[in-house]
Amino acid sequence: MPDETKDSQSPAPGQESPKAASGAGSSPAESTPAAPAAPVPAAPPVAAKPAPAPAAAPKPPARPAAPTPQPWECELTAQLKQTYGSGIREAVTYVGQPYLVVDKSIAHDILRFMRDDEKFDYLVDLTCVHYPAREEQFEVVWILYSFSQNIRIRVKTCIKDGEDVQSVCSLWTTANWLEREAYDMFGVKFAGHPDLRRILLPEDWSGFPLRKDHGILQQDTEWVHKNLGIESAQ
Amino acid sequence: MSNSNFYDDAPVEAPGKTFLDSTEMVLNMGPQHPSTHGVLRVILKLDGEKVLGTECVIGYLHRGVEKIAENRTYAQFNPYVDRMDYVAAVSNGLGYCGAVEKLISAEVPKRAEYLRVILTELNRLASHQVWLGTHALDIGAITPLFYTFREREEILKIFEKYCGARLTTHAFRIGGCQYDAYEGFDREVLAFCDAQDPRLDEYEELLTTNRIWLERTKGVGILSAEDAIALGVTGPVLRGSGVRWDLRKAQPYCSYKDFDFEIPIGLSGDTFDRYVVRIQEMRQSLRIIRQAVAGLPEGPIMAKVPKVLKPPVGEIYHSIEAPKGELGYFIVSDGSTQPYRVRVRPPSFVNLQALDIMVRGRLVADVVAVIGTLDIVLGEVDR
Repeated sequence: MPDETKDSQSPAPGQESPKAASGAGSSPAESTPAAPAAPVPAAPPVAAKPAPAPAAAPKPPARPAAPTPQPWECELTAQLKQTYGSGIREAVTYVGQPYLVVDKSIAHDILRFMRDDEKFDYLVDLTCVHYPAREEQFEVVWILYSFSQNIRIRVKTCIKDGEDVQSVCSLWTTANWLEREAYDMFGVKFAGHPDLRRILLPEDWSGFPLRKDHGILQQDTEWVHKNLGIESAQ
Repeated sequence: MSNSNFYDDAPVEAPGKTFLDSTEMVLNMGPQHPSTHGVLRVILKLDGEKVLGTECVIGYLHRGVEKIAENRTYAQFNPYVDRMDYVAAVSNGLGYCGAVEKLISAEVPKRAEYLRVILTELNRLASHQVWLGTHALDIGAITPLFYTFREREEILKIFEKYCGARLTTHAFRIGGCQYDAYEGFDREVLAFCDAQDPRLDEYEELLTTNRIWLERTKGVGILSAEDAIALGVTGPVLRGSGVRWDLRKAQPYCSYKDFDFEIPIGLSGDTFDRYVVRIQEMRQSLRIIRQAVAGLPEGPIMAKVPKVLKPPVGEIYHSIEAPKGELGYFIVSDGSTQPYRVRVRPPSFVNLQALDIMVRGRLVADVVAVIGTLDIVLGEVDR
């Protein structure tokens, strides 16, 4: 089973944005080999063959156009941009869902502002995404919801491997376990967390399983090698 | 799942004193304990029978669902979500399919949405029946368990006839449903609804005015609205604390805006209020099911979805009101056939965190009542 194919080879979404912008990645790849193949044979019957090839080419555009991120413009983002300037890296909505990407240094201030001034009183979720190819490997995502406005937004920040991000336990009590889980799975440390320990995995576990460089097969092989004395269970 | 640091705080021996003189005791409850509803370990710090603090040790059922998702295609991962909250598998599927459909901008046909509503609400009833039966059993009432499981069986039979499975149903597909309603589906669902109404009265007759039940639940495990919001609890636990918030109303998905129903809330945020909220929710679910069966439109049940799913690069968060609370999926796509990251926002995991604040200062017996009223499923807590 090609389970492991994604572990290290697949590029991170952020990295391949130029390729992604060209729409369905398959269309250039399929059309290029087809085009030179056709002129090579000189025989007349084969000449009829190029006709179906262009017919197949317009197939990808038949798909609905992929939604694109739109700039998120409202009073809130204008105010934030005025206060923090370039610290607000992005303010976009994607498929109707707004999110901010902010500098790590101001992330906590923004979250505090969101809770106190904008009434985002419910921290829905806190999680990470690992992009090994980026310099700032980890994206930390806070999903916030405001009961009074009935809006859900995301605040994201990017950190390097080994860098800390400030804990939001003092803002929302629910962050306690969520940050522990993020630490458990990604090894991202939250500075100021009252009790940052593993939560789901045993405490003697080594490694952080949701990092992209943590392979399932590799883990399995190591385990059977150590415990069963065989080379591989596959 | 790391060991507690409670033991480190155990009273140091003072001169002339022995361990027996100490007033504090650390008691281990679970992981093998009938009232923890699975493999939950709670370490209790006690003064006599009074709870001074608790610590939950979880992770015994951790299967790495989020890692599995990264190594499966979007469609292949669909059955795995059933194994999280296994008493409400249909809801898990609804949340996941909804999230992927948003990611690929698929329009689900109306008939499929109504079918989904019927099955999901039936599943909410089944989930609440498991909760009621086990919760009542935990605090001394054995009869409701037999009643609720008898009725739940009817629901599971409908699921079995619909998709062949009783618990891990995999009822929905990305883009709609695979199976249309079977012959006699609407008749059987309505017959179940008609039979269920008086049975809900029967449950209430057994419990609502029962003196033992009242003593065990009234004023136990109080959670204020402020604490509930700060702790991020959702579902009946939040509504029991008096916050009228239900995702089916607040941000309707899957045609829920077509149906007329109410959001029951509690007043004092105690165990009894949460009991009343869930009972009322079951009645509201029956209302929704009746409307959905009556209005079930004709038409296709599957949207036009490519066989090989390659969602565009982007990320999405989609959440639904599962029986236990807000169940969310945060999916990041890198444009390939497999999700780059799937994060499940589990209601049980977040709600369980409220246990400590709810039992502090109460008795050991109340811990059992509070675990029951939180309605956790360890498969979802640990994922």
